[in-house]
Amino acid sequence: MPRAHVYGDDVNTDVIYPGRYSELYDPSDMAKHAMEDLDPAFRDRVRPGDIIVAGRNFGCGSSREQAVICLQRAGVSAVVATSFARIFFRNAINLGMPVVEAPGAADAFSTGDEVGLDLRAGVVRNLSRGTEVSFHPLPPFLLEILDDGGLVAHLRRRLEAGGRG
Amino acid sequence: MVLGTSVGQTIAQKVLARAAGHDAVEPGEIVSARVDMAMSPENARLVMEAFARIGVPRVWDSARVVVLFDHRVPAPNIRTAAAHREVRAFAREQGLRHFLDAREGVCHQVMVEHGFARPGELVVGTDSHTTTYGAVGALSTGIGATEMAGVWATGELWMRVPATHMVRVDGEMPDRVGAKDLVLRYIGDVGPDGADYACVEFAGGAVSGMGVPGRMTLCNMAAEAGAKAGLVAPDRRTLAYLRGRARPPLAPVRPDADATYASRRAYDAADLEPLVAAPHAVGNVHPVSRYAGLEVHQAVLGSCTNGRFEDMRAAAEVMGDRPVAPGVRMLVVPASRRELLRAIRAGLVGRFVRAGAMVLNPGCGPCLGAHEGALAAGERAISSTSRNFRGRMGDPDSEVFLASPETVAASAVAGVIADPREA
Repeated sequence: MPRAHVYGDDVNTDVIYPGRYSELYDPSDMAKHAMEDLDPAFRDRVRPGDIIVAGRNFGCGSSREQAVICLQRAGVSAVVATSFARIFFRNAINLGMPVVEAPGAADAFSTGDEVGLDLRAGVVRNLSRGTEVSFHPLPPFLLEILDDGGLVAHLRRRLEAGGRG
Repeated sequence: MVLGTSVGQTIAQKVLARAAGHDAVEPGEIVSARVDMAMSPENARLVMEAFARIGVPRVWDSARVVVLFDHRVPAPNIRTAAAHREVRAFAREQGLRHFLDAREGVCHQVMVEHGFARPGELVVGTDSHTTTYGAVGALSTGIGATEMAGVWATGELWMRVPATHMVRVDGEMPDRVGAKDLVLRYIGDVGPDGADYACVEFAGGAVSGMGVPGRMTLCNMAAEAGAKAGLVAPDRRTLAYLRGRARPPLAPVRPDADATYASRRAYDAADLEPLVAAPHAVGNVHPVSRYAGLEVHQAVLGSCTNGRFEDMRAAAEVMGDRPVAPGVRMLVVPASRRELLRAIRAGLVGRFVRAGAMVLNPGCGPCLGAHEGALAAGERAISSTSRNFRGRMGDPDSEVFLASPETVAASAVAGVIADPREA
């Protein structure tokens, strides 16, 4: 069962993925540095499917997509936060990693709690505590991009269908 | 169906309405917008990969894509050299009209000074400080590499029409206080997400009295409040700056007098003072006096935030004939080749070099800790750049204080953080 990794407000892209590694191009190399300057124990603790739960303005700072890729490759399946910095939000959707704004979630989890996320129902459950936090689901066209596995696959499908709509 | 055409529109609404082919749009509405200009620095390498996977053979318009290198120039190692080479080959193969290689300077400076960012147009770039072009009235915003691949393939992207916060600054700036102090004050007041998903429009007498360079500093740093874009309504100064740079005819867009703003905030420029953003957050803003006397090991003058001729001139004026203090490495990184040439003509480069500063080639330089001027553990920099997050300029146990060019210069000669009004 996925577990939560809980962080505070304003987690920036420089601590998620330091700029000194910006010349790495292999996603599995990027994953080795995920959260390095904030939580060096993260990469040994994280398991496939785990979810990051955070406070306000997650992913603020640089537009670097490596901040999403390194988390994805490290096994993170979604980020639940009070709010996101706009570029991180777009990058995550475009790379097929769900991001949901669920105010209150940061206080409802401790690192290590088991977590269940239902994107369409708009609910994130703390299975360890038996509690849940609800949120407004993403608009349908963003869920569609996620369902397709990100923007590249989404555009491929659309272009193959001959539409640009 | 738009009924509310009598309701005033902001710059962002007008630009996005045109880009989406609508008469008018409302904040919160999601539109598919046609992009006027698309810029990528080194991460064009990542954009290329995603673009190849989409499977469209050619970029949508080879005259609307700008690619250049600035983050790590000249290449510091073989890996970066190889990445540069791949992008060069791609640019050639695609016949990109505006591939500028490694010689021009920081992308944001180049986009404005070469006239690629035009008033009333929609510009996207794969760098968060793309907000800078609001200084000439362009709606410009940062996006990621995958999203840029989508733009290269289709010329479009989805955007949520942003609300706009109005920041009005009237009055006269005190001596040795400038645009950087103003924008740090704003970020300190609203916090790092104070303008998340929204635009910030700067107006008032102190802003119209500022040239385009100062306005670039404001719009650049709007990103540090989370803004989608920073904006200054184009005026005579804007048009004078763009003459000979941007291809006419220009179609400047100004806000309607009855435009709706999400918030309004007013400052008296006369109340401003030299400020620093202390480690490790841009919103951690305090008067320079609070940290005066703290030892510094590196002083960085440059970047897309404050690496223009006017910034170098202001710094040189503060330094006078004094040398850089022993124990301080002062790095001067002009924002572009053109700005460096202006500094050379005015004799500023000679003054910096005589003072003991190292003048580096135009580019991002030490700002993001990727290339040169890295800090060791326990070291402290005072820097005119845009970010001071932990590890930004090197070791996670180093510190960056952000400040104006004047404060950087005063600190470089003092060897400690210093108030430029007392220098």
